[in-house]
Amino acid sequence: MRLSREIVDHVAMLARLGLSEEERERMREQLSSILEHVSRIQELDTEAIPPTAQVITLQNIWREDEVRPSLPVEAVLANAPESEDGFFRVHAVLEQS
Amino acid sequence: MASELVRLSAGEARRLLDRREISAVELLDAHLAQIERVEPHIHAFITLTPEIARRQAEAADARIARGEGTLLTGIPIALKDNLCTVDAPTTAGSRILEGFRSPYDATVVARLRAQDAVFVGKANTDEFAMGSSTENSAYGPTRNPWDLERVPGGSSGGSAAAVAVGEAMLALGSDTGGSIRQPAGFCGIVGLKPTYGRVSRYGLIAFASSLDQIGPFGRTVEDVALLLQVIAGHDPADSTSVDLPVPDYRAALTGDIRGLRIGIPAEYRVPGMDPAVEEVIEEALRTLQELGAELVPVSLPHTEYALATYYIIAPSEASANLARYDGVKYGLSLPGETLLERYLRTRGEGFGPEVKRRIMLGTYALSAGYYDAYYVKAQKVRTLIKRDFDQAFERVDVIAAPTSPTVAFRLGERTADPLQMYLSDVFTIPANMAGLPAIAVPCGFAHGLPVSLQFMGRPFDEPTLLRVAHAYEQATPWHTMWPALAAQV
Repeated sequence: MRLSREIVDHVAMLARLGLSEEERERMREQLSSILEHVSRIQELDTEAIPPTAQVITLQNIWREDEVRPSLPVEAVLANAPESEDGFFRVHAVLEQS
Repeated sequence: MASELVRLSAGEARRLLDRREISAVELLDAHLAQIERVEPHIHAFITLTPEIARRQAEAADARIARGEGTLLTGIPIALKDNLCTVDAPTTAGSRILEGFRSPYDATVVARLRAQDAVFVGKANTDEFAMGSSTENSAYGPTRNPWDLERVPGGSSGGSAAAVAVGEAMLALGSDTGGSIRQPAGFCGIVGLKPTYGRVSRYGLIAFASSLDQIGPFGRTVEDVALLLQVIAGHDPADSTSVDLPVPDYRAALTGDIRGLRIGIPAEYRVPGMDPAVEEVIEEALRTLQELGAELVPVSLPHTEYALATYYIIAPSEASANLARYDGVKYGLSLPGETLLERYLRTRGEGFGPEVKRRIMLGTYALSAGYYDAYYVKAQKVRTLIKRDFDQAFERVDVIAAPTSPTVAFRLGERTADPLQMYLSDVFTIPANMAGLPAIAVPCGFAHGLPVSLQFMGRPFDEPTLLRVAHAYEQATPWHTMWPALAAQV
């Protein structure tokens, strides 16, 4: 199984990973060999087998919707690269038309 | 020479502390002196916290003087650096979290604090716990105390090495595919991955949420039982923690395994298995038989698919969990003309090679057109793996297998080939896939390096695992052996 360069570029963009030219080439090689290994699961017949997402058959966990103290805003924002008036400061998402 | 105090087990230290024959401050000083001696060779820690430890030790002594000491009051403990702490940095071994200060403690950390345990530092880990050698840490590798040219295993390599060499009495790690058991094995100590849901993961930096579990390291099974006792239990802050009573784990250490049925899976013999390791394991199984256990051949036919299944499921979950590192809320943030450019630069430069590889792999497996063939298919195979165990546990009480197919490998030996690195977890991954508890216990030496025997158990049956591991330990000398470095340096 050989990954194409287009797929590597597409996946890197989906994952928002800025990769150098060299990293993309290496990634293509390494992911191809890992995918070849993991593809062995295709040989199993799982037509009638349900998927397992988690193993301890937990049901929904409910609790009363009570007002409780949250983490202190200052402590949370202390880690923020940029903050303003008690908010995270974010680069504009929508451009002006 | 190392102080005799660093050679005590936590259980012995507890008794001496309660009888006021030693103080928590003395115990801490002995460990700090050991850290000063061996840490330059080992690099088990990303951050040392001697000032915090001293305050905790003083508080512990005051508490013991009031007659209010509890199981871990005054015991020096290392915390894997993917466990959030309010009073020390938490990096998860990544540059992207350099300087991060958590606004809250992980629940396991809070439980230890409530006992006045003593935190000597934040232990080294592969970046975001992704790795099997601790070489993926952005802060440099940890070395194996038994041979400084070899890896301590990973990803909790810092936790394992620190306990093995007497820098800490106990440690916490996390295990997603073997990250507690494999380094415990490589460093010759005991490590336990509890049942999925047994220990709260609130404040554990997430890697693969359907697999991650926090667990204890110690030099004896009793010590591991002590630490498990304190961290186990339900936590409203983690909805995947299960509300079941926590048994008295030390009560399980009876030394009696007569009639215990131990399953021996035929599938745990793989190409690449070191014959010297296999010999040591065979000898350990004979010892179990002499202790009165019955060895029962069992079959886990889908074992050979576990590694492949893991390397679809774990990276898929990781790619979603690590989407949060966006340079906005915390951690590294690199400037760019647009928001997209910021994301690409921050994540491209903040993550190391293995983390990028897994994010790519997981994003690919979850992307349109590949989701059914990889992710859903892997979840179905996971069902088959779990059913194998369900069927085996109808006939046996525990399953025994090697922890790893080889002893600790050399630094740099597997870094060039990710798949070779992944193969070192081939025996530990199945327990994570099925959510089962599993313990690694030292069982001898091959090529002068520790070999480890693994027991896997039924969900929430940690008592039986501890009982069999303890009975084996008490019948053999391995837990009394120390790496030369611990005493010589």
